[in-house]
Amino acid sequence: MGRKLLTENINVPGIQSLDVYRQHGGYEGLKKALGMSPDAIVEEVKKSGLRGRGGAGFPTGMKWSFLAKPDGVPRHLVCNADESEPGTFKDRYMMERIPHLLIEGMAIGSFALGANTSYIYIRGELLYVFHIIQKAIDEAYAAGLLGKNIMGSGFDFDLHVHCGAGAYICGEETALIESLEGKRGNPRIKPPFPAIQGLWQRPTVVNNVESVMAVVPIVKMGGDEYAKIGVGKSTGTKLISACGHINKPGVYEIELGVPVEEFIYSDEYCGGIRNGKDLKAVVAGGSSVPILPKDLILKLANGEPRLMTYESLSDGGFITGTMLGSGGFIVMDEDTSVVKNLYTFTRFYHHESCGQCSPCREGTGWMEKILHKILDGHGTLEDVDLLWDIQSKIEGKTICPLGEAASWPVASAIRHFRSEFEEYVKNPSSIKKDNHYYRLNNISSEVA
Amino acid sequence: MNNENKLKFSDDALALAQRMIKRYPEGKQKSALIPLLHVAQAEFGGWLSSDAMDYVASLLNITSIEVYEVASFYSMFNLKPVGKCVIEVCHTGPCWLLGSDDIVKYIEKKLSIKAGQTTTDGMFTLKTVECLASCGTAPMMQIGETYHENLTLDKVDNIIHECKATVVEPVTHWSKKEIK
Repeated sequence: MGRKLLTENINVPGIQSLDVYRQHGGYEGLKKALGMSPDAIVEEVKKSGLRGRGGAGFPTGMKWSFLAKPDGVPRHLVCNADESEPGTFKDRYMMERIPHLLIEGMAIGSFALGANTSYIYIRGELLYVFHIIQKAIDEAYAAGLLGKNIMGSGFDFDLHVHCGAGAYICGEETALIESLEGKRGNPRIKPPFPAIQGLWQRPTVVNNVESVMAVVPIVKMGGDEYAKIGVGKSTGTKLISACGHINKPGVYEIELGVPVEEFIYSDEYCGGIRNGKDLKAVVAGGSSVPILPKDLILKLANGEPRLMTYESLSDGGFITGTMLGSGGFIVMDEDTSVVKNLYTFTRFYHHESCGQCSPCREGTGWMEKILHKILDGHGTLEDVDLLWDIQSKIEGKTICPLGEAASWPVASAIRHFRSEFEEYVKNPSSIKKDNHYYRLNNISSEVA
Repeated sequence: MNNENKLKFSDDALALAQRMIKRYPEGKQKSALIPLLHVAQAEFGGWLSSDAMDYVASLLNITSIEVYEVASFYSMFNLKPVGKCVIEVCHTGPCWLLGSDDIVKYIEKKLSIKAGQTTTDGMFTLKTVECLASCGTAPMMQIGETYHENLTLDKVDNIIHECKATVVEPVTHWSKKEIK
């Protein structure tokens, strides 16, 4: 069993409440942090090697150290709880079950950054979680953990929860800031980076829920101890949201470095492929990252086992590798149509494109239409080449990474499963047989 | 724009709106726009008419166009009337892998409508939506603030039956009980 730093107490009855959270060491991290200097906290986070858990993997301590601190200008920590990457549901799971861990992390982070007012931006569909967080914030205010002079430290800290209203793009940090200012979620051109001009043009750090939560054990145990967990530059633990055709879908906290094969097949984690089927492919880090076929997700190109780390998952670049991303681990069995799965992803990116940049706004729609045409039995071999061409003309040509997020799934599906596209084109009757619609075992006849 | 707006928040909703506006610094009250639109949708029958949006603009002292351009960007805001129960079925990859297409087709057949339509009695609107961060409990659908997960046809039957039997007022994402 690996160490659990974030989920250790997740199943304690009543851990949602402040009382039970405190009985299990809650807010001890904040107490310790308030006795340290802000710079010393940033230093511990740097030493921990923590990398942004939202998907990009940028070192959190370094991000914190970039924050501008001009005199007389308020600065802010904003928590990105706009979890929307298909395959990812860890932040929702954590916020719902242990909301005070997020509040404690926000207080520590805000103290370290000198932010007296901070915000948690939660996606609108999760309004029920918004209310859970609000209740926890109210409890924390009543106990003197938020507000004026928290825990008698002399530090004044206000924390607010804010909701979006259905827009994947707001997970991009500058779009999130726009949205928090009451605007459409159009990403900003960088620079200036949020660390210089963010929320209301003030210096701002935006961190994912899991990154903020991880600061709590880092302060408690020290950055060096945290960095001892994991492999190389992949330090600490990571929450993996596992879904798809596995026996035990759910959120797993792993020590970075677990072999992918163990993660999929061990009873401690996914418990293997359901219904005794064989594994076909995995999207390892949320829908944006390249899909890999069974042989490449389990082993590197040189035959060594692939590990659940940032480096090992990306080994081989996009030719034979992928990314850890957000940790949204989507598993597909042998009956899955990779083309149809890709169609749902491409439809998603088309729907979620903010429309600012032509390559993304138009290209995602074209890709969706071509995939629809292929699945409808009217595709040609030229269509497959056209898909490849379009994705290559979106990647790198947009303000924000939604362009890449839309391109990579298309490129990787063609790279690794070209024969499936070609079979659909040459032999349209194979489409439905090849599981065009995956049917729930018990209902197929009723909905046919 | 209609200056004598007919629409007005209840006292509870107005108090909530004032609390929300205070969360943002002086002069940055526009930040409360999205939360207030959720409350407006709950207060005004599950959708945002131009009168409703004008009213929110007046609360925030911003122009109506600033509200329209935001309301039209975010998928949770309904700019046309909807049924009392809006059934939102996730159909993105992870839910599709576990049968969301079948869930959609089953509900279409059961309610005699297509996705995007409302039943003639005004009770149900069926929508397909993109990933709701419930992939480990797929297939799933949302009605109001409630996530219905690990769906089967039996579960869908029960949920629809329950809605028919109990729902009187529109079920909105920001539930009425959270306004009080």
